[in-house]
Amino acid sequence: MNNPQLNKNGELQHLLSTEGLPSRILYDILDRASAFVDGAGRGEIRKVPILHGKSVFNVFFENSTRTRTTFEIAAKRLSADVVNLNIASSSTSKGETLLDTVDNLCAMHADMFIVRHAQSGAAHLIAKHVAPEIHVINAGDGRHAHPTQALLDMFTIRHYKKEFHNLRVAIVGDVLHSRVARSQIHALTTLGVPEVRVIAPKTLLPSHVEQLGVRVFHDMETGLRDVDVVLMLRLQNERMQGAALPSAQEYFKYYGLTQEKLAYAKADTIVMHPGPMNRGIEIDSSVADGIQSVILAQVTFGIAVRMAVMSLLAGDK
Amino acid sequence: MNIHIRNGRLIDPKNKLDEVQDIYISAGKVLAIGKTPFGFVADSEIDASGLVVVPGLIDLAARLREPGYEYKATLESEMHAAVAGGITSLACPPDTDPVLDEPGLVEMLKHRARELSQANVYPVGALTYGLKGIELTEMAELSDAGCIAFSQADEPLTDTRVLMRAMYYAATFGFGVWLRPQDSFLARNGVAHDGEVATRLGLPAIPVCAETIALATMLMLGRETGVKLHICRVSSAEGVSLIREAKKNGLNVTCDVSMNHIHLSEMDIGYFDSNCHLVPPLRSQRDRAALRVALQEGVVDSICSNHSPVDEDAKQIPFAEAEAGATGLELLLPLVLKWMYEEKLSLSDAVSKVTCNSARILNIDAGHLAIGAVADICIFDPDKYWRVETGALKSQGKNTPFIGMELRGKVRYTLVNGQIIYQEH
Repeated sequence: MNNPQLNKNGELQHLLSTEGLPSRILYDILDRASAFVDGAGRGEIRKVPILHGKSVFNVFFENSTRTRTTFEIAAKRLSADVVNLNIASSSTSKGETLLDTVDNLCAMHADMFIVRHAQSGAAHLIAKHVAPEIHVINAGDGRHAHPTQALLDMFTIRHYKKEFHNLRVAIVGDVLHSRVARSQIHALTTLGVPEVRVIAPKTLLPSHVEQLGVRVFHDMETGLRDVDVVLMLRLQNERMQGAALPSAQEYFKYYGLTQEKLAYAKADTIVMHPGPMNRGIEIDSSVADGIQSVILAQVTFGIAVRMAVMSLLAGDK
Repeated sequence: MNIHIRNGRLIDPKNKLDEVQDIYISAGKVLAIGKTPFGFVADSEIDASGLVVVPGLIDLAARLREPGYEYKATLESEMHAAVAGGITSLACPPDTDPVLDEPGLVEMLKHRARELSQANVYPVGALTYGLKGIELTEMAELSDAGCIAFSQADEPLTDTRVLMRAMYYAATFGFGVWLRPQDSFLARNGVAHDGEVATRLGLPAIPVCAETIALATMLMLGRETGVKLHICRVSSAEGVSLIREAKKNGLNVTCDVSMNHIHLSEMDIGYFDSNCHLVPPLRSQRDRAALRVALQEGVVDSICSNHSPVDEDAKQIPFAEAEAGATGLELLLPLVLKWMYEEKLSLSDAVSKVTCNSARILNIDAGHLAIGAVADICIFDPDKYWRVETGALKSQGKNTPFIGMELRGKVRYTLVNGQIIYQEH
């Protein structure tokens, strides 16, 4: 089976998942992002003409503020024309199918689609459908993948920890429903992190999670021991209705990241979160705002990483 | 009409026949095998040299989509597909719109099918009204109208007391109850086997225990009520074990498997191939191996196509939203042969899974070629390769996980009631 993300020369055609990509492509993206960050004084990234004359369509079938906005900023810094479509509230409710919507946007001469959809596999479906000169970036599909989030997390980890090959990384929370967790796991294992852990109650873990190459823990004390990086996941409120958890209070008591639990990890551990955070549910404010938190840096780096992905797809050398 | 089929390799698993013999057909029946009967003059001759002559195939699960879903397929299109696949009798599940829960609907379907004079259609009636699992249908009336068994199709029957009473009532009249085991709570929203692939792709999953829990309930109630129980589409190794055990303990139970599940596993979903969105879900390679073993042991009695034509638009959407199902009538024979070649089985053993064994479950006199038997016959070329392509399929449903694949074995002639209904051009 051909990897639908690569063209016949082994170059990145679409970014749909961090799974199955060679590490050289992941490093290429991280290095490009570094160049965008380093090239800018005072953390501000200058506008470059890489996507001049190109149209980037932000097609969001599911609501998002942060991801859509950072993609928009990234595309504009690359001098692209950006069109934002919030389809959650338009065409599909009128009965138009996903691929009809995509065909219509292709007819408007889109060069790149940034897609978010509530169903796993939606980005793959679109990538399979569009003409070969069009690129698709998955901005989150169901529970499957959110590759740019994982890549900006990798960028942040490298920024603070320099290397991947000597790290212990723990992912904490609702792995079962999380596209972020799946993409993080694939990216971390591809980049050579020797030990990736997941920490969660059994109701929030997929049944075969260990086959993704992770060690499974059910308590924070042993799970966080000697960890270099803690990746927190967002807990959706609806988990309490589906009998996955009894209450937010009990979850916070056993799995919420507090200063006390963070002390089990290494002293220089960094804490990350993809946002938006539920303070007092999965993370305590003192940790979220504490010195070990790099959560706001993640957001800033997110722009550079998304610029890097788009410039790579556009064939910029 | 007298037909003489010459020089074919005649295989009749029920009567343990496998040799090159001529077969003579007259007045819709098998008149003689071997020597020409005295005074026989053929109106039509078929040269079956190099071909295999078997009883017409019997498919235990083929959705014809009528009434109600004519945009997916019509009786006409699917009946043509059936005979092109060598299928001369088929059972259709009651999940049409409206549901097959009224004798009038069943009579109409039988009448429409008869008018087309293609394959024989045996409707499976709804066990409960509207398949809602609450009230029993008029099973005796439905049986008079032509239903050969009763089922919930893929709809759950969660109320175990209703299920027990449905079984007792069916057992009163000796009717068969056909059930697909799946616990609806454990399977809720699930679209793929709870395994490695669903974990990786982030697809809502259906655990194996959804099958085994429902199956254990059905088997226990089967024992309690003494009903003639048929388990549809077993999909897991654990499910097979339960059936093996029940059979060993003398329970009156039979079982079928879908042809897709003896060839495919969750791995075939690949990158969200919606053609592999099937019911039940494709399970692990270990499960597939167990299904094959169970077929050879006879724990699984029959292979069905589970033909469920789906229109293209309903597949061109994300995996979980895509409608489950695949076309199958024209693939049943080549996929049974593929299994046979892979497992190095005899033609007779393989063919029994789609002829006499299925006839026994349907409780009809078909699926064999004894003298005097109804001349429902399939003649196929076992060595001809063909590519599964949209244009090559007569079914209105073009979706199958096997699309683009080369399969071995092609039907050349199909006879129903001693008439040549299909001939390959």
